[in-house]
Amino acid sequence: MALESEDIRKTFGYFTALGGVTLKVKRGEFLALFGRNGAGKTTFLKIAATLVKPTQGRLRIEGIDVREQPEEARRRIGFLSHNTYLYRDLTPIENLRFFGRLYGVQDLDERIHSLIDRVGLQRRASDPVRSFSRGLHQRLGVARVMLHDPSLILLDEPYTGLDANAVDTLNQMLDEAISAGKTIILTTHDLEQGLRAASRAIIIDRGKIVFTGDARDPATRDAYSQYIRVGVTP
Amino acid sequence: MKLKVLAILTLVSMLTALYMIFLYAPREALQGDAQRIFYIHVPLAISGYVSAFLLLIGVIGFFRTGDLKWDRFGETAAALGVTFISAQLITGSLWSRPIWGPWWVWDARTTLQLVLDLIFIAYFMLRSYLPDPQKRAKLSAVFGLLGMIDVPINYLSIYLVRTQHPQAVVSPGGGGVSPEMGLTLTVSFTAVGLLYAYLFNRRLAIAKVEEEVDYLEQVVLAHE
Amino acid sequence: MKSMSAIIFKDIVIEMRNKESITSMLMFGVLVLVVFQFAFETINVERGLLAPGTLWVAFSFAAILGLNRSLAMEIDNDCLQGLLLAPISRGELYLGKVASNFIFMMIAEAIVLPLFVVFNNLDFNLKFLEVAAIACLGTLGIASIGTILSTISANTRIKEVMLPVLQIPLTVPVIIASVEATREVLTGDTRGISSWLYVLAGFIIVYLTASYLVFEFAVEE
Repeated sequence: MALESEDIRKTFGYFTALGGVTLKVKRGEFLALFGRNGAGKTTFLKIAATLVKPTQGRLRIEGIDVREQPEEARRRIGFLSHNTYLYRDLTPIENLRFFGRLYGVQDLDERIHSLIDRVGLQRRASDPVRSFSRGLHQRLGVARVMLHDPSLILLDEPYTGLDANAVDTLNQMLDEAISAGKTIILTTHDLEQGLRAASRAIIIDRGKIVFTGDARDPATRDAYSQYIRVGVTP
Repeated sequence: MKLKVLAILTLVSMLTALYMIFLYAPREALQGDAQRIFYIHVPLAISGYVSAFLLLIGVIGFFRTGDLKWDRFGETAAALGVTFISAQLITGSLWSRPIWGPWWVWDARTTLQLVLDLIFIAYFMLRSYLPDPQKRAKLSAVFGLLGMIDVPINYLSIYLVRTQHPQAVVSPGGGGVSPEMGLTLTVSFTAVGLLYAYLFNRRLAIAKVEEEVDYLEQVVLAHE
Repeated sequence: MKSMSAIIFKDIVIEMRNKESITSMLMFGVLVLVVFQFAFETINVERGLLAPGTLWVAFSFAAILGLNRSLAMEIDNDCLQGLLLAPISRGELYLGKVASNFIFMMIAEAIVLPLFVVFNNLDFNLKFLEVAAIACLGTLGIASIGTILSTISANTRIKEVMLPVLQIPLTVPVIIASVEATREVLTGDTRGISSWLYVLAGFIIVYLTASYLVFEFAVEE
């Protein structure tokens, strides 16, 4: 199992963000999480990325209990959100070198250069990130996520603010990751992008899983449109 | 019921203490009537340290359980800490003026209590800028812990300064302590102790209500 | 160790590029010294008695500026989250930030200190080195507690103002001990200096340990 969660709950003060999420994701699966704003999908993803501690529940990443060995679990996770977590005053190479050292990546310089080529930033590799457009920024963000070759890739609204080119690059890298046997969990508003390559789709509402279906099954599409229209799933 | 008994006991002991401080206890030979302020001043000072200790208990309780009730406990301790230490500093100043001359003398105890007061106030200021209850509890617990660890180190450094720069000291008790004086001090200790317990109980209850109001506000907002 | 040096190296590269932290600490430190010269100009007391106080006011307030800059850099673009995703413990992250804050403060102080000697007509002799050693200890004390307090204050709306409110009361022992130790060196009467050094060392050990243990509560949601 790439990810196993047992009855994950998270409350912020009196607000219940997650009201018990139990989920198993197999290795190599591509899972798309849908839901409206505040439904709890980002919170779930952040808990999976060990950024947020659940109020209750157990979570295992690649069989590693997150509470017992958080560092080991983090080593296997790549997390990309709307924010890229890159230092604006550093160049792409410096940014990647820093994160690569934190993760203890082997043959770091080679890895950095091949990634920078892959995301198409060769010509900007020595400019401070400050001068980058949103699309370029996110490309480098993708490179940061792939840097330590994570086996579980978590993506929180990765398509937000991307130009068509960057969307293509991202999709291409996700396809490659899938064929390399990696597990992907993605949240998005965008049904088409979400279902494009996903194998399973889940709808989260008010902190609970309300629908699970095969991503290629037309019924999933219907369930989603009904959820968006009237707020409930079949 | 218990609360009522506590309230009545507090009132009775406060009145008794007032009577004893002003009418029963003899006039102190060296300091005159100004010495009477010590019957209140000393118990207030002790309450300050008790508050620091209770805040530490609240912090540890919160770290162990993550339960917001320990956060309320710590907040209450800090609230009483600010009140009692500030009152103690004012009474100290009122005493210092006629006896030592200046309103304020930077002696070891005063300095230490002032710094403790500032730490409590900083704790409150931090809380007031953290709207989310969970985050407020967590971060103010971290600050509370760091602040309370500071108390003994503070004490040590301030004590060392004072021993290296000796200055005129009038011992707070003044000259000899007569049995009447001792009894008066005991009674006012009891009175301040009961007042502390009563206020602690009430402040804790208010904190609980505040939290519930906060919750209801959120519920109302969520349904709009 | 490896992650600590990565954090330090990253902070140095950023500082070399934008020069925000050290410049602001340096300017502020020099200004404090200058203002105190005006404030005490007409008072006829021995310089050795007043000077240590001015030096440590300059150091401790300049340090707050540096800490604010250092955290602003991690808050920008949510970089702190990126650090929290890395496979290093919260304690290591804390120590890494303490180390880089300490280094930047020391660089600024290394320039303020000679100016202090010149302004106060002191000599560049062994005493100067002794004061520098005390500055190392006191600054490490300030960095150890300031690093965790700046992450706490960063969660409030008024971060830059909140930090001194939280930090000054807690650093009272560091300031007292550093001022007293500096004064003993400058006046040549060093009989009590060992107890001040013990206070500084004790403060550093206690706060490095405590902050190392509770840092996760200060950074995690």
